[in-house]
Amino acid sequence: MTDIADRQKLSYIAAQAADARLNVELETEGMTLNIGPQHPATHGTLRIIVRLDGEQVIWAEPSAGYMHRGYEKLTEVRTFPQVTALVNRIDWLGSFANEVPFILAAEKLMDIEAPARAQHIRTILFELSRIANVSLFLGDLGVQLGAVTPVFMAFRDREHVLNLIESATGGRFHPNFDRIGGLKDDLPAGFITECKQVMKKLRNFCDEMEDLLFGNEIFQSRLRGIGVIPAEVAKQYGLSGANLRASGVDWDLRRDQKLPLAYDKVEWKVWTHPDGDCFARCWIRLQETREATKIVDQLLDTMPSGPVMAKVPRIIKVPEGEAFVSTENPLGEMGYYVVSKGDLGPFRVKIRSASFNNVSIVPWVLRGVYVPDVISILASLYFILGDIDR
Amino acid sequence: MSDETLALPGDALREGVVSALRDALGADLLDSLIKPNDDVWVRVSGEAWQQAGRVLRDTVGCDYFCFLSAIDWMPSPYGKSEDDPTAPTPERSTEIVQGYAGGSTRFQVFARVTNLSKHFGVTIKADVADEALAVDTWIPVYAGANWHERECHEMFGIGFTGHPDLRNMYLPTDFEGHPLRKDFPLLARIIKPWPGLADVEPLPGGDDDEEGAES
Repeated sequence: MTDIADRQKLSYIAAQAADARLNVELETEGMTLNIGPQHPATHGTLRIIVRLDGEQVIWAEPSAGYMHRGYEKLTEVRTFPQVTALVNRIDWLGSFANEVPFILAAEKLMDIEAPARAQHIRTILFELSRIANVSLFLGDLGVQLGAVTPVFMAFRDREHVLNLIESATGGRFHPNFDRIGGLKDDLPAGFITECKQVMKKLRNFCDEMEDLLFGNEIFQSRLRGIGVIPAEVAKQYGLSGANLRASGVDWDLRRDQKLPLAYDKVEWKVWTHPDGDCFARCWIRLQETREATKIVDQLLDTMPSGPVMAKVPRIIKVPEGEAFVSTENPLGEMGYYVVSKGDLGPFRVKIRSASFNNVSIVPWVLRGVYVPDVISILASLYFILGDIDR
Repeated sequence: MSDETLALPGDALREGVVSALRDALGADLLDSLIKPNDDVWVRVSGEAWQQAGRVLRDTVGCDYFCFLSAIDWMPSPYGKSEDDPTAPTPERSTEIVQGYAGGSTRFQVFARVTNLSKHFGVTIKADVADEALAVDTWIPVYAGANWHERECHEMFGIGFTGHPDLRNMYLPTDFEGHPLRKDFPLLARIIKPWPGLADVEPLPGGDDDEEGAES
């Protein structure tokens, strides 16, 4: 471990000194390079403009907004139940997880709580979205670093999870299943046995990934000590999720706040990593996928009986008030600040999405790194375009 | 997990936030609201915005920056953008009513910061007067405010004094107007008026009967 820590320190110092040194020692002209908007390494249409001196980045600026859909404005002309259909499309790989904090905020304002069974199923579907999302990340990570096999394995096993989500909700990508006061439906017959088998497969997938990718020397040398984000900086930029925990901050909204979800009924562990480099971020996500399968397994065993929907009026009017609810989504902290004026729809919704904050650190973290590391860092920060632009 | 990790932050902590801000800002702390076992809202004057951020970071220990944005409290003159374009526009209230912790201006900047060690968050608001629509930037306090302020400037037209680079993030540079202001119409609904709820066709095998009995 000391070996890694030293390397990390050196690369961190090198990165910090880079632009100062370039200005003093080398009187060269930089070159501007556009990465994206259509570069395969950018997860969609994020454009990153970097200014290079030789192989070193002097300055970098992400240019977001190629997918801005104006959800904050659109929510103002929707009713509360209609909003979930919109927010589904923010982080499209973990759609169900986007609905939950909004519904919880509305329930908080209305002062109702979903029945225990609905909370349980919500948590299960929430964790399934996490697994579907992060397993794709693990595969995609390989592709970005030049390893093609992992992505096929990821798609193979993610398919099982999507099938599960489809069997319960009817939608593979956009379930739109969460309702104010509970869920649209109960789980289908046979879901529990099927789900347990899939969780076993996913744990195998995690083991495979750990051997194939994380144990690989090339993989490690591409990620270890690269893109180090110290805890203080991470907190200032509002990094969340695995990115924050990889910097050694023990913070997980599933554990550290009281929400009407079933996380306090199961045993699980919040993983942190002291290094704060690309490897730490990826490693945390791998562990979290495994942890999520354990959460799902335990929840399936302790499923309470009862209804999945509380008594709510047919036409939902949310009382006047303001509430902020955020949950630990696959990408990080996803929250909604909902202002209601006692109407059918919200007066204002501020969507606090994880990737927006996670990507805003890119100008800071890319300064002084080398071009191949740009790709490693972007891959390890893990963002979804819809989650940046909203 | 032990009960300690799940222990809820007491309201004493929230009162501590308010008193810390009152000690540091004095009369610039305009109002506050504590909802028991839930959350705390504080409102400061626009001039004290940056200083309030510093107090929150250094004295209260909220070192995690969650988000920053703004609210336009004016009721939308377009309602829900569901008006019939051929009928006369219905009368709508234009009274500006602010939310928690009150307010005196149409626009308010608000932000949320979190104390990660004591597990509580603070929502802080500031009044921004219409004449000089600007507050000081939070970048020296929370570096992550940079993009949030750019977004806020673009969407609401609120300036952030001291921000190095208030370029648009989403819209073209020559875009006119500020889309999240209430008086900015939702253009899609103007190009093609909302068909209205009455036009929705009943689904085949309509489920009116069963669901109606539920509630």
